[in-house]
Amino acid sequence: MLEAFKELMKDGRFRFAFIVICVLAFMSILSFFSPYDPLRWNVVPRDRPPSLKHIFGTTSQGQDLFWQSTFAIRNSLTIALIASGISRVIAIIIGLVSGYKGGTVDTVLMSINDSFVVMPLLPILILIASVVRENLNMVTLGIILSLFGWAWDARVIRSQILSLREREFTYTAILSGTRTFNLVVKEYFPFIIPIIFATLINNMIWATGMEVTLAILGLSNTEIPTIGTMIHWAVNYQSILLGYWWWILTPVIISVFLFVALYLLSTSLSEYLDPRTRIQRIGKAKE
Amino acid sequence: MLFIKRYLLPRIVQFLVVIFVGITIVFFVPRLTPVDPVQQVISQITSQGAFLDPAAVDALRQSLTEMYGLEGSMFQQYFAFWARLFKGDFGPSLFQFPIPVMDLIMNSLPWTAGLLITTTIISWIIGNILGGLAGYFKNKAWAKTLDNISMVLRPIPYYIFALLLLILFAYLLPIFPSAGGYSVGRRIGFNWPFISDLLIHSFLPAMSLVILGIAANFMTMKLIVSNIVAEDYVMYAKAGGLKESKIAFKYVIKNGLLPQITGLALSLGQIFGGALITEIVFSYPGLGTLLYGAINSGDYNLIMGITSLSVIGIAGATLLVDLIYPLFDPRIRYR
Repeated sequence: MLEAFKELMKDGRFRFAFIVICVLAFMSILSFFSPYDPLRWNVVPRDRPPSLKHIFGTTSQGQDLFWQSTFAIRNSLTIALIASGISRVIAIIIGLVSGYKGGTVDTVLMSINDSFVVMPLLPILILIASVVRENLNMVTLGIILSLFGWAWDARVIRSQILSLREREFTYTAILSGTRTFNLVVKEYFPFIIPIIFATLINNMIWATGMEVTLAILGLSNTEIPTIGTMIHWAVNYQSILLGYWWWILTPVIISVFLFVALYLLSTSLSEYLDPRTRIQRIGKAKE
Repeated sequence: MLFIKRYLLPRIVQFLVVIFVGITIVFFVPRLTPVDPVQQVISQITSQGAFLDPAAVDALRQSLTEMYGLEGSMFQQYFAFWARLFKGDFGPSLFQFPIPVMDLIMNSLPWTAGLLITTTIISWIIGNILGGLAGYFKNKAWAKTLDNISMVLRPIPYYIFALLLLILFAYLLPIFPSAGGYSVGRRIGFNWPFISDLLIHSFLPAMSLVILGIAANFMTMKLIVSNIVAEDYVMYAKAGGLKESKIAFKYVIKNGLLPQITGLALSLGQIFGGALITEIVFSYPGLGTLLYGAINSGDYNLIMGITSLSVIGIAGATLLVDLIYPLFDPRIRYR
């Protein structure tokens, strides 16, 4: 484990991503020590540019942007983790069943799966969110996103299972009387877990992006501070037109850092997990 | 015949499945939630301060129930929904009563289609050529620079990127207009002043879609091409002393484009979502802005109409790309 981490830290992209994620995680922990209540307005002077006292400035609602963004990062990451956690479970089940059973089950599951890949999910999510609107707290939003974010990864897991099923050890296990459940859990899971981790990060990027989009459209609970709702309020109060650039720029820059860091983390991880590119890298180091 | 059975038929079946799954979700989602759309509209009207006597409320409830297609059992409603869909009837818009939803959509559709088709084609071509060259000349400095730039751009969501461009080019350096599809008061016509006005207004929205699209295509194409370069036939071509540019374009990039056509078909839904969002940021008069207005006014019929039509539209476009594919790949044609 430590060895893998050392190896990964040699990759500049991973180093950058790791530092950014650590800073963001630290900020979200700081939210527990915030001097202000994130839901209350007019706790600090309004519309102040960044200064020593309010390092990111303040909003027209009289909220401190630094402390507000600590809550926003925490909540956005929570939603993303709920969404991608649940959708991993769905993806694993569908991928396993489809890959292992094959035949008609596989055909039916995969054509439903492909429909979810091809379908324009944004309008559908907008329709759902606009119906549930008031009841849309962090958990329900996470669950709704998870119901739509599993399809691509189920296919990846299925193709892995398909190749595992043809390997020798599968036949050895079946012929020596291992039950299907045990076979899958004990023999296949070690192969699937790396894929689950790599797809988890990618799915978090997708879920955060959707959360931000729905929040900006005013379709989630706009009182809960998330990165999306921060942008929603900044846009709603015309912060660009009025010249309060620090208000809109704070959530935008945080989100750019978050997305880029997560993406770099997932590419460097999946390159590390793919033995072919690892050999290339070792070769490079020797040159 | 084998071509039809192996290639064409599964695609058409998949097309029908997508529409079936999508429309079924669109139908059932609002009905599975505890929110009653009829009651929602009525309370919306009464909360605006208008006094209605109970008899009028009952009449309103009846007509709304009829309009939403909420009469009868769930099954009857479901079949009635399909029947209306085939006729292209989504009922009247609630907030621009009594204009049919279909008319509103048809007014916005050309704007979105124009933006979407041009930006998708441009970013697909540029992204693939750049990605192909960068994958072929992997160790050149410019290839690495491009790789780093697109690695940073790739994960940024459409909304955030459009917002950044808006702050940069419409406020800090006011070169481009910040909103709208054409200048206020300009008459729509097929003449140069109008067309140039149209192009200037759609420049920023198009740019944000094109740049993100190029980054996405660049990354995948680079990966594909760097795998193709390692193939034996490329090695043979090099050993045979073919010109480098000929190998790059005719042997490597041309082959790399094939999986990218399939990739395009798979990502159309996502690109469409991005276009909707970008339109909203720039108040571009397309489907996205129409949808945003519908969300804000609670125009439930309009949201349903846009969602259903975009499922059908994207499924159709995906089928179209799949049908074009055999023209480029002779292996499929002669199977």
